[in-house]
Amino acid sequence: MAKIHGAVTIERERCKGCDLCVVACPCDVLALQPKEVNDRGYHFAYPAKEEACIGCAACAMVCPDACIEVYKVIVK
Amino acid sequence: MKREDIIKPENKVYSRPRLLDDNIMHYCPGCSHGVVHKIVAEVIDELGLEEHAIGIAPVGCAVFAYNYIDCDWVEAAHGRAPALATAVSRLNPDKVVFTYQGDGDLAAIGTAETIHACTRGENIVIIMINNGIYGMTGGQMSPCTLEGAKTATTPYGRRVDLNGFPLRVGNVVSILDGTCYVTRQAVHTTAAVRKAKAAIRKAFLNARAKKGTSFVEIVGTCSSGWKMSPEKSNKWMEENMFAHYPLGDIKDTDKTE
Repeated sequence: MAKIHGAVTIERERCKGCDLCVVACPCDVLALQPKEVNDRGYHFAYPAKEEACIGCAACAMVCPDACIEVYKVIVK
Repeated sequence: MKREDIIKPENKVYSRPRLLDDNIMHYCPGCSHGVVHKIVAEVIDELGLEEHAIGIAPVGCAVFAYNYIDCDWVEAAHGRAPALATAVSRLNPDKVVFTYQGDGDLAAIGTAETIHACTRGENIVIIMINNGIYGMTGGQMSPCTLEGAKTATTPYGRRVDLNGFPLRVGNVVSILDGTCYVTRQAVHTTAAVRKAKAAIRKAFLNARAKKGTSFVEIVGTCSSGWKMSPEKSNKWMEENMFAHYPLGDIKDTDKTE
């Protein structure tokens, strides 16, 4: 059976920590940094469980600041 | 599979639109404006309108829209974007002109301009972000504020006997003969973003085909003005805004003809 591997990159300085990508992710991959903040003081999002990512781009689509890039590989 | 093996240019499925500038947007975290900017930039790029689209920036939160989307822009006086769009599209008939306005700009001070541009059937696209509040000035009541909603100027909730009913601009312009496409969309979920993008794309195609005025109303959130978290404001929007502003196409002359 084909398996899908996905990965996301999040531009740390552009992220405002709005949490919308975390809510949109169907696989609970993303989370907000609990303590660390970016230069503007926001708790930015990061892929906490990156092995669960399926590259569906739901997070990137709802991101208001367009800071998420999505990559996907299908292994047959 | 290792992360380094997945993150390669040939595996990219979604990236920042090419026409979105590198400036960091001034919008609050979770603002719907960012998503709409993104899909407008994507649509302009996909239709190859980079050199042919002229945007009219409003007064309101989206006043700096010209800093974010890389096409030609003109800044209008408060509410006068449809009037300016009329002039720009008549002087440049080969260009695709669109306005990008909020509900305070379009539905309050710019009502006359909006209604008359739609009545004349100008070949423009009007994109309206309806978040039911004046976001930039600090969350005052707008004509689209829901009944009972608390704002800076209605601290006990909007009262119908005092402030009137919320205005459904989409339904108002849909009865005008000049409009060819009137739709109401949202951008709170992935599915909604896809639908909103298809609606904006159709509106741009209508303007290019000179079919008349296309009006895309996007029900959005204002988490700062509503004083909620972005996630909670999306829920509040689904529960309250959609009851008064139901989503979907209101008018489409392609289907009725």
